[in-house]
Amino acid sequence: MRKILIAATAVMLTAGASMFGASAAEKLKVGFIYLGPVGDFGWTYQHDLARQALVKEFGDKIETTYLENVSEGPDAERSIEQLVRAGNKLIFTTSFGYMDPTLKVAKKYPNVHFEHATGFKRDKNMSIYNGRFYEGRYIQGVIAGKMSKSGVLGYIGSFPIPEVVMGINATILGAQTVNPNIKVKIIWANTWFDPGKEADAAKALLDQGADVIMQHTDSPAAMQIASERGKLAFGQDSEMIKFGPNTQLTSIMDNWAPYYIDRVKAELDGKWTSEDTWGGLKSKMVVMAPYTNMPDDVKKLAMDTEAAIIDGKLLPFKCPVVGQDGKEVECKGGTHLDDGQVLGMNFYVKGIDDKIPGK
Amino acid sequence: MELIEAIILAVLAASTPLLLAATGELVTERAGVLNLGVEGMMIVGAACGFGGAWLTGSIIIGALCGIVAGTLLSLVFALMTLGLAVNQVATGLALTILGIGLSGLIGAGFVGERITPAPHLHLPVLTDIPLVGRILFGEDAFVYLSLALVVAVWLFLYRTRAGLVLRAVGDNHVSAHALGYPVLKIRMFAVMFGGACAGLAGAYLPLAYTPFFIPGMTAGRGWIALALVVFASWRPGRLVVGAYLFGAVTILQLHAQGWGVGIPSQFMSALPYLATVIVLVLISRARTGGSTAPAALGTVFVPDR
Repeated sequence: MRKILIAATAVMLTAGASMFGASAAEKLKVGFIYLGPVGDFGWTYQHDLARQALVKEFGDKIETTYLENVSEGPDAERSIEQLVRAGNKLIFTTSFGYMDPTLKVAKKYPNVHFEHATGFKRDKNMSIYNGRFYEGRYIQGVIAGKMSKSGVLGYIGSFPIPEVVMGINATILGAQTVNPNIKVKIIWANTWFDPGKEADAAKALLDQGADVIMQHTDSPAAMQIASERGKLAFGQDSEMIKFGPNTQLTSIMDNWAPYYIDRVKAELDGKWTSEDTWGGLKSKMVVMAPYTNMPDDVKKLAMDTEAAIIDGKLLPFKCPVVGQDGKEVECKGGTHLDDGQVLGMNFYVKGIDDKIPGK
Repeated sequence: MELIEAIILAVLAASTPLLLAATGELVTERAGVLNLGVEGMMIVGAACGFGGAWLTGSIIIGALCGIVAGTLLSLVFALMTLGLAVNQVATGLALTILGIGLSGLIGAGFVGERITPAPHLHLPVLTDIPLVGRILFGEDAFVYLSLALVVAVWLFLYRTRAGLVLRAVGDNHVSAHALGYPVLKIRMFAVMFGGACAGLAGAYLPLAYTPFFIPGMTAGRGWIALALVVFASWRPGRLVVGAYLFGAVTILQLHAQGWGVGIPSQFMSALPYLATVIVLVLISRARTGGSTAPAALGTVFVPDR
């Protein structure tokens, strides 16, 4: 038995080595670290679509490799280093929790370029990039405010971090423009991905009188429950209309392909530099799924809102932004909250009758 | 009133996969085998269960596919730990890793597809009884099946000769062997039963709970089932208490958040675990005082020939 095992291991190792070693010398190797499986139909799925777009765009000029289901933490460091050793020159690490591992590996290998999604730590050879998803949330708020009959929205949060809090605030600010008395019930799932729990949270929200469900967790479970109950919901990360043909109003879709193509092109041309990109609807890093299951006037309102955000005429966090305590939040960006304030958002705006957990 | 009914219905659905998987594992452990691969068998059961139902349009065939898949995977475990006498803990952990990978592979073809979930029962008259009708007679059939299964397991373990032999094997395999009982064969059947239950528990998720398959959708429920068996001190009755308590606190904490009770959600999320552990430990202490684990649990048995 032992001999068989040793033989099997040897075969696997040789196969692995030849896989990594067999490429042509000029090919640019691009590596990806994914948090979930490529088939999660959400966050990781969208990153992999962008990787596929790269392959389509650059053909045999590049070679891509990805590692999926890489947990955040020490395991990530090992995986990133594995990609470096395999000869990848440009490496995308696609989750917030990879920030420190990526930075560590980046310091160790100054000749390799890294791209880290949704973080805030940069280095000479480490860029960061993220999407202004809150712009999409604002539009969803406007739609939800119009579509809710009960005046109560149901919001499933993952973790009370700024990224999620800014989404809740943007939603409410959007909803308040059409219904000043709009209410929101927030349930934290304390997980990014657990279809069963997300479904339970959606059930609880609907049972408590919410009639439009929005989520900041990754599976289509909530959409499915809303569909079963004949209520409305927004998708998350990718198109989820399959799970609720008569339910999905729209979905904020992460569109990484243009950015990835840009960065790989820069790398190929030898022009890659460390950058900080926060793209929104305008740069098409954030894209809205078709507006469906709503009357024409709401649809028009949604499209006008989207156009206004793209033109820069509408800023979701336009001053004055009033906090829960009724006081105006300091306006560091002149006419609106500046990026630092948005990225570190840890307060609810007025109109949210709840507390950020742990605060 | 409607809200209470809705909450109880949600609790039933949330507890069922835990109860199913834990019941199977309880029988396995009562025979002296510790199979830590419940999570892996569940997720493969989920993938195969969904695949079966999606291809044939039949929930029953889906459930059977889940059961068969779980059983087959448990046979791999039986072959390693009983046949080759490999360490059970290591094999169980490996089984989970294998199961997670395998389920992704099996499920790759139908990620993003959806099916019509298992129908909720509707018995004439009974389901329409006010207050209790929908709870006692109106959930999907799996819910009631899982409870019937616990009763059957209880009867088997404590009221049949075969059950007595199984417990004897779990407590002292040397004596059982000396008395002429086929220890390894009995353990193999116990492991297979555990696999079948885990497979069905996994299949319950895409067939009734959230009718689609996504890799990793069991999200740790197999581990919770394992813990429930320990905290229920290997007794079917307490297992029901544990599983429903866990389900109830899970659902109630979500509702409490919606009502804005003001307790941090991080604490609320930990509450099901805390409550279940505390209650089951208290029950065990009050009744028996001391460990009730099968004495030969996790130990390898190699019959001398």
